[in-house]
Amino acid sequence: MTPAIELIGIDKRFGAVHANNDVSLSIAKSSIHGIIGENGAGKSTLMSILFGFYAADKGEIKVQGKTVKVNSSTDAIALGIGMVHQHFMLVDPFTVLENVILGAEGGALIGPALAKARAELKRLADEYELDVDPDAIVGELPVGLQQRVEILKALYKGADVLILDEPTGVLTPDEADHLFRILQQLRNQGKTVILITHKLREIMAITDHVSVMRRGEMVATKETAKTSLEELAELMVGRRVLMHVEKGAAHPGEVVLDVKNLVWRDRKGTPRVDGVSFQVRKGEIVGIAGVSGNGQSELLDVITGIAKATSGTVLFEGEDITDLNDPSILRRRGMAHVPEDRQHRGLITSFSAAESAILGWQNDAGLGRSYHLNRNAVIERCRKQMEEFDVRPADPLLKSSKFSGGNQQKLILAREIGSNPDLLIVGQPTRGVDIGAIEFIHKRLIHLRDMGKAILLVSVELDEIRSLSDRILVMFAGRVMGERGPDADERELGLLMAGVVKDAA
Amino acid sequence: MSARGELPTWVDVGLIPLINLVLALLISGLVVVIIGENPFQALGIMLHGALGSLKGWSYMFYYATNFIFTGLAVAVAFHAGLFNIGGDGQAYVAGLGAATPGLILGGALAAILPAGISQPITLFVALMGSILFGAFWAFVPGYLQAKRGSHIVITTIMFNFIASSLMVYLINNVFRPITSMAVESKAINDAYILNFREIGRLIGMKLPSSPLNPVVFLAFIAAFIIWYLLWRTKLGYELRAVGANSEAAIYAGIKPSRIIMIAMAISGGLAGLVAFNEILGVQHRLLLDFVGGAGFVGIAVALMGRSHPLGIVLSALLFGLLYQGGTELSFAIQSISRDMIVVIQGLVILFMGALEDAFRPSLTALFFKVEE
Amino acid sequence: MDLSIFLEILSSTMRMSVPLILACLAGLWSERSGIVDIGLEGKMLAGAFAAAAAASYFQSPWMGLFFAIIISLLMSLVHGYASITQRGNQVVSGVAINMLAAGLTVVIGNSWYKQGGRTPALDDLTRFMPIDFPGRASLFSIPVFGPISKIFLDHSILTYLAFAMVPLSAWALAKTRFGLRLRAVGENPHAVDTAGISVARLRYQAVIIAGILCGIAGTYLSTSLSAGFVRDMTAGRGYLALTALIFSNWRAWPALYACLLFGFLQAIANFLQGVHFFGLEIPVQFFNALPYVMTVILLAGFIGKSVPPRASGIPYTKDR
Repeated sequence: MTPAIELIGIDKRFGAVHANNDVSLSIAKSSIHGIIGENGAGKSTLMSILFGFYAADKGEIKVQGKTVKVNSSTDAIALGIGMVHQHFMLVDPFTVLENVILGAEGGALIGPALAKARAELKRLADEYELDVDPDAIVGELPVGLQQRVEILKALYKGADVLILDEPTGVLTPDEADHLFRILQQLRNQGKTVILITHKLREIMAITDHVSVMRRGEMVATKETAKTSLEELAELMVGRRVLMHVEKGAAHPGEVVLDVKNLVWRDRKGTPRVDGVSFQVRKGEIVGIAGVSGNGQSELLDVITGIAKATSGTVLFEGEDITDLNDPSILRRRGMAHVPEDRQHRGLITSFSAAESAILGWQNDAGLGRSYHLNRNAVIERCRKQMEEFDVRPADPLLKSSKFSGGNQQKLILAREIGSNPDLLIVGQPTRGVDIGAIEFIHKRLIHLRDMGKAILLVSVELDEIRSLSDRILVMFAGRVMGERGPDADERELGLLMAGVVKDAA
Repeated sequence: MSARGELPTWVDVGLIPLINLVLALLISGLVVVIIGENPFQALGIMLHGALGSLKGWSYMFYYATNFIFTGLAVAVAFHAGLFNIGGDGQAYVAGLGAATPGLILGGALAAILPAGISQPITLFVALMGSILFGAFWAFVPGYLQAKRGSHIVITTIMFNFIASSLMVYLINNVFRPITSMAVESKAINDAYILNFREIGRLIGMKLPSSPLNPVVFLAFIAAFIIWYLLWRTKLGYELRAVGANSEAAIYAGIKPSRIIMIAMAISGGLAGLVAFNEILGVQHRLLLDFVGGAGFVGIAVALMGRSHPLGIVLSALLFGLLYQGGTELSFAIQSISRDMIVVIQGLVILFMGALEDAFRPSLTALFFKVEE
Repeated sequence: MDLSIFLEILSSTMRMSVPLILACLAGLWSERSGIVDIGLEGKMLAGAFAAAAAASYFQSPWMGLFFAIIISLLMSLVHGYASITQRGNQVVSGVAINMLAAGLTVVIGNSWYKQGGRTPALDDLTRFMPIDFPGRASLFSIPVFGPISKIFLDHSILTYLAFAMVPLSAWALAKTRFGLRLRAVGENPHAVDTAGISVARLRYQAVIIAGILCGIAGTYLSTSLSAGFVRDMTAGRGYLALTALIFSNWRAWPALYACLLFGFLQAIANFLQGVHFFGLEIPVQFFNALPYVMTVILLAGFIGKSVPPRASGIPYTKDR
């Protein structure tokens, strides 16, 4: 049988990043085909190429055996390809019907299309358990139903192939189960479904085939029935040389950070941090592993006073800081924070390095009396930090945006560690950082630990977590799935990250 | 080690504004051609009108005084990521703070104190009054943006119109002497600022007549203070941080809502100084529409000056030149109205503000081609 | 206040509302597509000048209308180019448009007519006059009914055009494919783009409609409400229309009501030097300021809520 979709030798670069490296993939008709991989493995890029959002540098796309050009989403839609984006492409104040017909109105007046869509929606609802009130305002629907609207949109436009990008990220377990039933129905009716996810459970539960991507390459395609969670986890993570970091045994002291039953809900009421509890002690590094988007960022925001906790408590050095919500006070008390997103938070790219190097510490008495900001003191402080952390070029007056990622990160670390904190909270310390800088940063963190400081580390790089942490927590869907030691099995951690708890007993 | 695609600073702050200015002048020249006059002759008259005599220079600096104030006002807000279109209204309302002390306090103090003491006190109160009233009229929109989420652009526009109605009412019904037909307050005779011609007369120097007065020094001082505030104080740092990246500012423990209110108050206070200059330095009475659109000129000045106080002083002088030269031009060539300056102003705002990046790509390409 | 003045005020309300309605609908079309339009004032002003100049030159109000639309449209396209193609700051661009119009109309008018920015006075043949229908004079002379009917029937074609634009706009936005897409692009351009529809094209279309409507509004000012152009003759009507737009929460029918209300306030301000209300004198400036005060209060969320189209003012870039 002709495959529904064939991708042959797809290649795509974004500047220096090789997002897709000679990727080939064949997807059988009437099947559910999963694509898994870590963050940045190239899954979304590949699907964006198929949907006409990006043009591939090289390669060929075949739909139903025929070579096609997909230059825009219009082309993709005409070829019977529909996509449900991770961020929904819905017009919130519109009704479900209006959203469904957008782009497929079939005439200058929308009346007939609305009537047709109403009938069609009723049919689809009966056929696939896709019921949504056609007159509901989309923005007022819960996310699960919004996603259904996205699927309806694609089906209404005649999609035979449906791509779903991380569809369950925003769903409750019940909603996810319902989605899977819908997808199975679709397949049984002859539709082809491509499911992009990092959740192995989902792959095992509903796919027929699964392809694994890693660092822009297609690593393997398997029949789901003939593979196992463990094999997939290994393929996904790969056998990598564990970075070796010299470190002695930890000597944990008293508790510095004590998080109890912390919950944070987003504006829609979805709990993004869902009852998290843990402690960090002096002289230890606690690592939080997990695929990005599983609540780690929100957790850090709440602890550091940027976001307000919905419930639960945070104790810092024995004091309740849950409702303080003031990063500057926390800083003065000894809580330093290297944010996950250095470009958008860690520094101000339009400021000079010296100015970025006092971000958060701008009211330090050492930088000038009362209201005055002593420029020489600012530059001098930056110069010292640059020297100590080997930031290059060592020019405090250079714009922050002109430093490489590694040097920007060192600048931030120097700022935060330089304040001699009791607790260092550090997110993604080496994301987009060159090898040399990684090594340097890791050494500094260990050094800080050995000085008896408490460190909370969040990273999506499992290697990093494993080589630095004294204890490892794994977060998945806002919850801590379990705690492991630094010598925990990589595969086991991979399973936890994908939401699979082996020792449920 | 400038990354490719980023222009060196001198291009950014020097060349691009220059190209924009030249373009604005070219198009204005085209308008002059369309109305059947010689643009080069017009330019010559303008330059001569502003730079050809001491009087021309005086007027140029007089206009620039107001433009420095409003340019700084717009720039401070810009640095905090806000667009204050309400400079006109803030300056207008500040007229109350400028005029009232002179009208009431001035006479009362003069009765009990020698002029050498009563006048400085009155002027100082008027200066504070100008700043505070202007600040208040900007603070309210700032507050509404920070605490209620109203859009600052819309609110400041609304406040311009509200100011206009309010001032017409107050001048007509409160400040106008009952016997007077002219819609203006009585003259402020007890305490005002002598202009340079009058000062010159006192010390036996003959200076051309112009409204230029010592408030021009206040404008330069204000530019310095704002520079100091923005780049040499902790508050200025926080203000720029909020404008450059509010997320990073929140991370740094800075409260954007607080900064928004402070920045707007400072901005309004600066705009309020226009009232101080106009009412105590020039008109010596509170009258209708004394602001004359200076608040809007401030937008062009701030854009042209890249929101840097030094750039603002320079571009305010440039606009001062245009205003003075334009006035002379309209005398010399009847068919060219003084409103030609408003056209140039509009073009500068269009090119510097809205089409800022229109030829940046080609300029960047050209620049790197030359460099290679 | 006697009845005849009251009827006069109502009649004046109709006339005052016309430019507001047209400009407000122009803003509605533009902003529903996501392009903020501070430049209504300038476009209307340029349109008013072009209309008066062309009507006088060609001795035809219709030529006036034609040129007003062309000029206003050109300014709209400048705004569109800055906002859509160059992704510039829409507010700044609007401010620039207003200044350009304020300056150019006077510079050119002064050079052509040498009357301080005025255009020559238009006579009845070159203006849009109230429609003369059979029996008009006798109808208006009927007691009671005559003056009342005069409120509604003593207007030029442009007035009826303006009022007809309201249901037309409401209908087009709600019921046509174009309206649906336009509303969508003002809320979530990404959704429109992924549906395979050009965001830029839609927005240009919206901006063009805004230009045409502002041109008509300007024509009304200089060839119907007055007999010629005088400098700054829009006198803040563009901003008042913008205020009405906010007040109406960016919807066509409420926009009509807001414009009628604001037109009524303008009419009161024009006719009376102040209103006595239970012995208290309310100054005329109060009526001038009232729309703005109400809008500030509304925007601050103290009464009701006004929510602009979500994507308005934000340049569209494909990558999120």
